[in-house]
Amino acid sequence: MDISWFVVLSAFIFCIGAAGVLTRRSPLVILLCIELMLNAGNLALIAFSRMAGNGEGQIFALIVMVVAACEVVIGLGIIVAMYRRRLPIDVDSMSELRG
Amino acid sequence: MLFEQLLFFVAGLGAIAGAVGVVTLRNPFFSVLALVAHLISLSVLFLLLTAAFLAAAQVVVYAGAVMVLYVFVVAYVGGSDEEMRHESTGWLGILGPLFALLLLIELTIAVVGSGLSVLDTRGADVGAAFGAPGQIGELLLTKFLLPFEIASFLLLVAAVGAVMLARKRRGLEEPADTISVADLVRSDAGTQKEAVRG
Repeated sequence: MDISWFVVLSAFIFCIGAAGVLTRRSPLVILLCIELMLNAGNLALIAFSRMAGNGEGQIFALIVMVVAACEVVIGLGIIVAMYRRRLPIDVDSMSELRG
Repeated sequence: MLFEQLLFFVAGLGAIAGAVGVVTLRNPFFSVLALVAHLISLSVLFLLLTAAFLAAAQVVVYAGAVMVLYVFVVAYVGGSDEEMRHESTGWLGILGPLFALLLLIELTIAVVGSGLSVLDTRGADVGAAFGAPGQIGELLLTKFLLPFEIASFLLLVAAVGAVMLARKRRGLEEPADTISVADLVRSDAGTQKEAVRG
């Protein structure tokens, strides 16, 4: 398969994720959609790594996976804290950072 | 190769179907399951790009560990029967997908119209060791040692931060009354109620 197929597929997945972030209201689903976008980026990085023929893009993708895991852990921690304090699980009503 | 193309289309359709499922399904639990399907399809695509180590890491770390974390939080916060009532409607529900579509058109024009002739090849000739754990490990410990260490430190910071965020806060809730067994079995107390009061 040509590399461009993979890159176009990653653009597709990225846009689906972006649509989800823009339309959904639940922070859980928004985190899932951010995962989609990060994974689309990973696919593009690995495709370009294959294109260039060296492994540096794969290292980059691995670091992106680590950052995504950190982001998930912090995001889910915030959601659990919201739930503990009986706040509505809705991004529109969570518009300020002050606890 | 016909088999390779077949595998690409099956895995690509699976990845897109999983992504659409994540966005459209109403119950967050099913969204998580759709994301697991998406991640597994994506790991097949990684294998097609000869990134064997990353494909394995994708299945083990993402579809395994991170998704279990999601499932636990969805189960803890509870499904979202109540979420449907204020799901986005009106202009935001139309404008969001419209912007995403415009972004897709722009990205596709950028990729297809880039004039990068190497995009229309199968990539550079690589050996069998490309993307194997040996190569990844060697790169991580030589050329990319600093990002590797920073990533490990970032994981530590995130773990501590998650514990700080999700812990029970003292002072917000009343501390539970502590009742020891000695209060209940004390012989000189009259009723059990008095024993509990201490």
